[in-house]
Amino acid sequence: MIRLEKRPQASRVWSLATPLVAVVTTMIMGGLLFATLGKDPVEAILTIFWDPLFGEFAFYYRPQLLVKGAPLVLIAIGLSLGFRAGIWNIGAEGQYIIGALTGAGVGLAFYPMEGWFIFPLMVFAGALGGWAWAMIPAVLKTRFGTNEILVSLMLVYVAEQFLASMSLGLMKNPEGFGFPGSRNLQQYASAHNAEIVTGTGMHWGVVAALIAVIFAYVLLNRHMLGYHIRLTGEAPRAARFAGVRPARLILFCLGASGALAGMAGMFEVSGPAGQVSIDFNVGYGFTAIIVAFLGRLHPVGILLAGGLMALTYIGGDIAQGNLGLPSAAIQVFQGMLLFFLLALDLLTNYRIAFGKPEVA
Amino acid sequence: MSTSALLTLDGLTKAYPGVVANDKVSFVIGTGEVHALLGENGAGKSTLVKMIYGLVKPDSGQMTLRGQPFEPAEPRQARADGIAMVFQHFSLFDALNVAENIALGMETPPPMRDLAARIREVSEAYGLPLDPYRTVGALSAGERQRVEIIRCLLQDPKLLIMDEPTSVLTPQEVEILFETLRKLKSEGTSILYISHKLEEIRALCDHATILRLGRNVGECIPAETSARDMAELMVGTALKTPERSDREFGAVALAISDLSVPAPSAFGTALQGLQLSVRRGEILGIGGVAGNGQDELLSVLSGEVTTPREAVMFDGRAIGHMGPTARRALGVLTAPEERLGHAAAPDMSLTENALLTGSVREGLDRRGFLRWGAARSFAEAIITSFDVRTPGPENAARSLSGGNLQKFVIGREVLQRPEVLVVNQPTWGVDAAAAAAIRQALLDLAAGGAAVICISQDLDELMEISDNFAALNEGTLSPPRPTTALTVEEIGLMMGGAHGMEVAHV
Repeated sequence: MIRLEKRPQASRVWSLATPLVAVVTTMIMGGLLFATLGKDPVEAILTIFWDPLFGEFAFYYRPQLLVKGAPLVLIAIGLSLGFRAGIWNIGAEGQYIIGALTGAGVGLAFYPMEGWFIFPLMVFAGALGGWAWAMIPAVLKTRFGTNEILVSLMLVYVAEQFLASMSLGLMKNPEGFGFPGSRNLQQYASAHNAEIVTGTGMHWGVVAALIAVIFAYVLLNRHMLGYHIRLTGEAPRAARFAGVRPARLILFCLGASGALAGMAGMFEVSGPAGQVSIDFNVGYGFTAIIVAFLGRLHPVGILLAGGLMALTYIGGDIAQGNLGLPSAAIQVFQGMLLFFLLALDLLTNYRIAFGKPEVA
Repeated sequence: MSTSALLTLDGLTKAYPGVVANDKVSFVIGTGEVHALLGENGAGKSTLVKMIYGLVKPDSGQMTLRGQPFEPAEPRQARADGIAMVFQHFSLFDALNVAENIALGMETPPPMRDLAARIREVSEAYGLPLDPYRTVGALSAGERQRVEIIRCLLQDPKLLIMDEPTSVLTPQEVEILFETLRKLKSEGTSILYISHKLEEIRALCDHATILRLGRNVGECIPAETSARDMAELMVGTALKTPERSDREFGAVALAISDLSVPAPSAFGTALQGLQLSVRRGEILGIGGVAGNGQDELLSVLSGEVTTPREAVMFDGRAIGHMGPTARRALGVLTAPEERLGHAAAPDMSLTENALLTGSVREGLDRRGFLRWGAARSFAEAIITSFDVRTPGPENAARSLSGGNLQKFVIGREVLQRPEVLVVNQPTWGVDAAAAAAIRQALLDLAAGGAAVICISQDLDELMEISDNFAALNEGTLSPPRPTTALTVEEIGLMMGGAHGMEVAHV
């Protein structure tokens, strides 16, 4: 009989090896899947993992990797702080939308004035918008004990209605011939989140994501607040004994994740997206939850997971276009990757044992 | 003592990775005999009875029950052969009533009304009155134990195994239990009685087997052997009793006045009109049966539960409103009972756990930034001075045995030079040598001028180290009295006598 035995200590070797094993297993199983669909498995895998990075058109795809990865990492870093402490912000998508609206709103308010201070002000406004939106579930939870999962999730749909209302009303481009959507911020130099080096995809959001990774790493490993976050997640009663105030921690974690999600939305709306429009949000806030767990809630892990996630999205698009793979097959493939990563993760804390169970 | 053998154990051996829990253990339990199984924590008592009860399969050796080979593959089979067991930790559902709880453990429960009648009948017959329709959550620990015992008696057992049954009882309740056990014995039921309380064994048991490090190191007739001899067989060396030096009591260090706190949860205990004061150099022992407000009292003192300012005073300063960190800064330190999950975080390393309470007084952070080097040194200091057996401070707390983790938790607070130290069950699950070391550390602290409050359910421990004794009973605290002038009966009465339970013996 095969069974699982809890390891006395988490295995270091396995915690580093499982992502690699998972990627290899996904390639094998995905290859089988593509083969049964009548495609050359090696070519399909190469198209997904190799072409975006080193293929003929990599010069186009590589910047895309940063553009898609940055918001994922930025949001996931914020979420991971709360998740570590057992505070579940599921509404990053809503905070992302509100951050984009407040950020863009500040930019549009200054139009057509030019000035160096406009963009920093927009970043601040974006963060503030996301923070404020996240404060709603935070305050409700600390005051009335509501469930932050439900409240934050519901507020996503409220935010989406706001977005629609803004793109059709208050923020609609007066010179847009009646089409929904705001002015294009890419054409407004002071508010444009332009590439820092042309052709690299490196915009200010990428920089912010990297800073967030470093900041989160230092916070979790070197600072009392980070220690308290981890302690609360692992043993809430011990955390209270250590002097952690749960309400403060909830406000901090939800606030920080909201601010980062809001910033991500602001960088997106003023850069790659360019304008506030009804279909502005594409689910980064939800995908970031997966990225956070994929990266084991560790800042560096999240950085890598964000990159991997962006890679499979871009590679999947190429495979659909070039090889004619159905989009469902690509989604199955992405699902497999998550499945194997999370399933094999079990091995860090458990070992597989054979034989009859022992009741000790 | 009866001569015919009920159960014979012959060379039972059971090894786990890295440790031999039982090494060729042999002994005989006679019919109608009360047989004691003595040993320290980790001596292999639990593994042995689990083999008899079919929870663990022996690696080698045989058991013979009434002349037939006996190899229970699972508890159900052992029960069918007439073996019943009362565990130390109760497996009862708080929200169900007594009869429902008992029905849950039965293969084919009879209709509830018949079962209730049976429960009443059996419980009256054995002097353990119990209302089958009461909710278990409302019962005291002693009454819960009755539920477990009656659950066993309904099976009409030939051998009843009892694992540390008196640890949750007041002295008076212990007497009631003993009456019941004697009655069972007179009806020919054998009892395997596991304990480390020697006086009880001397009062009750016909025969004793002593285990040390998994081996049978001796047998004796308890009534004819002194407690000290049995203890030394159990420990293997001469016992060192903690030394109590004469101390002068100083000014009042910590005082609680007229404090009432509502129960934190449905089955928690509300504290009512608490009065307490402890002077520098004094050890105040607080006894009581588990679940009478011990945890609640500790959280009021640690600052996990805040109270009106003036309700808790330290050195004449109101600290009732302060949280744990502010109290630690003043020198009011605490060590809760629950080691894993309350006093320590199971999955964190010992270094991280040293930081848990040590950051303020040991200066383990600078403006919020952690000094890992200092935290590690502090953890190492605890490990060395309290003889914590672990490869190093980077190991997770959950990898330590209960006793070792307890030494770490107590050591962490003692090494921070407390002004006031409050400990709850400081030696629970700790072997005798380590328990003596912990008690000595508490006495040394008091000798150094600290005030110590020791909450414990181990009366021997409280008698040994405390200067004054008070008892918690349903959230109220009795006025403290000097320990030296107290008898066991008086302590029992302070703890609430038989705890409101009826005595049905005539």
